[in-house]
Amino acid sequence: MNKHSGHFNLLARLLHWGMALLILSMLFIGVTMVASVHLRPGLIELHRPLGALIFVLALLRLFNRLRHAPPPLPADLPQWQAWAAKASHWLLYALMLAMPLVGWAMLSAGGYPIVLWGSLQLPALVPHSPSLYALLRNAHSLLAYLLFASVLMHVGAALFHAWVRRDGVFQAMARGPRR
Amino acid sequence: MPLFKFTRKGGLPRGPRAHSPLPWIALIALILGGVAFAFAWLAGWIGRDRMTAQSFTDAIEATGPAHPGFRRAHSKGVCVSGWFEPSKQAAQLSHAAVFAQPKVPVLGRLSIGGGNPHGADNSARVRSIALQLTSDDGQQWRMAMNSFPFLAVATPEAFYEQTRAQAPDPATGKPDPAKLAAIQAKYPSARAFSQWAKTAPWTDSWASTEFNSVNAFWFTNAQGQRRAVRWRWQPQAEARELAAAEREQADVDFLSHDLQQRLAQGPLRWNLVVSLATAQDAINDPSVPWPAEREQLLAGVLNLDAMQPQDQGRCNDLNFDPLILPDGIEGSDDPILAARSAVYSQSFNRRERERAADAAARDNQQVRP
Repeated sequence: MNKHSGHFNLLARLLHWGMALLILSMLFIGVTMVASVHLRPGLIELHRPLGALIFVLALLRLFNRLRHAPPPLPADLPQWQAWAAKASHWLLYALMLAMPLVGWAMLSAGGYPIVLWGSLQLPALVPHSPSLYALLRNAHSLLAYLLFASVLMHVGAALFHAWVRRDGVFQAMARGPRR
Repeated sequence: MPLFKFTRKGGLPRGPRAHSPLPWIALIALILGGVAFAFAWLAGWIGRDRMTAQSFTDAIEATGPAHPGFRRAHSKGVCVSGWFEPSKQAAQLSHAAVFAQPKVPVLGRLSIGGGNPHGADNSARVRSIALQLTSDDGQQWRMAMNSFPFLAVATPEAFYEQTRAQAPDPATGKPDPAKLAAIQAKYPSARAFSQWAKTAPWTDSWASTEFNSVNAFWFTNAQGQRRAVRWRWQPQAEARELAAAEREQADVDFLSHDLQQRLAQGPLRWNLVVSLATAQDAINDPSVPWPAEREQLLAGVLNLDAMQPQDQGRCNDLNFDPLILPDGIEGSDDPILAARSAVYSQSFNRRERERAADAAARDNQQVRP
């Protein structure tokens, strides 16, 4: 294997920044539409197709991540930070994939039609059941809070690398290798 | 590289001058704190006095004793089922799939207003119908409609104010009359609604009750023409007015008894009458009825041929959100419509959690000896 360029590949960078925008938007859309008396209709119409899009992109991203190893972390990074970096990334992948599926199953269990756009709908994933709905509805919120906390920690750690450690970890995702 | 190790004034290098991390760490904390604060504010966790779907549902719950597992409003009702047959002209109004097939299965619920699941039918001024029409391609049209022809208030803010005024005063156990009077004084539409409540006839049956979509919607046809509409279910059964004495003697469950008797004779029918707005009509104000002379079209006939008690019926675990609409029908920008969608969802979540907890408790009892 060649020496690593020290940067994520172009597809990984595109997916990362595109999905960063999508996921952060989704978290804010989700939490707003549940509380707002005025904004729910427009936001929920966005929430479902964006969730489906994020799921498809997350699968593509996982595939790319498994095929292309990310750049190694700096050798002087404390052990616990390296471990936290790895664990939090797998947690983020798990949540990116789980959130849309839980949302889809939740709507199915609640007896709701799962409208993506116009007359385009997804089939029910699980049977209509109050017990299942209550469980999945709670899970969708709790996982969203966990995802939001993970995203905040991720942003905090990225900025720590960029501004405090200045060790190239942020640049590995921010740009490609210089030619 | 070593260039930067020298001070600007040309002094001697004092070893690598590390930047101080503190301002950077403070900046990171500020960014993360700001994002977290925005999230918490939008979620309604900060600023508890704000009107949110949660606080609105709390206000509805506060108007009476808790009835876990039941709908927060229009709590008493029965499940019904049947079918809808669209008219030929319906397809000219909207390309919705429900208007393009000869027969559409319907699930629904007939109910009375109020938060008491055991309330008396003969004292409920408001009656309501909720329906779910499912076309063969799986698209759904859900609606929740009432016997009043217009809403008492025009905005969610006024609705919230009115709901809070209806909460019983702890001292008397009844709503504070001064607060109720203040709502009447403030909103002319609330006075008009009281007038309707006093004068509208009490009919003898759900089957002879007319139900109105007080909110406006948009119908779009295959040619792309968009029309603002309201619709109502006009009963085919002839209405007989109950005299005051007769009503007082009626059974608390007379509506469901009556429905059962009528269904034994055959299906009950309502005409779907669609009113078309003109440029003068308020699209976003459900407190103003449209003039009776507006163009009206018969869009189809609803047939109900079966009923079940709500705790055994399929309507019980449905949220009749009036903004669950098929392609070809859209909600208007009526703010009450958005608020209904938000509050129904909140109410549905609370009810389904209670029903799930109740089911789990029952399972536990069965397992234990």
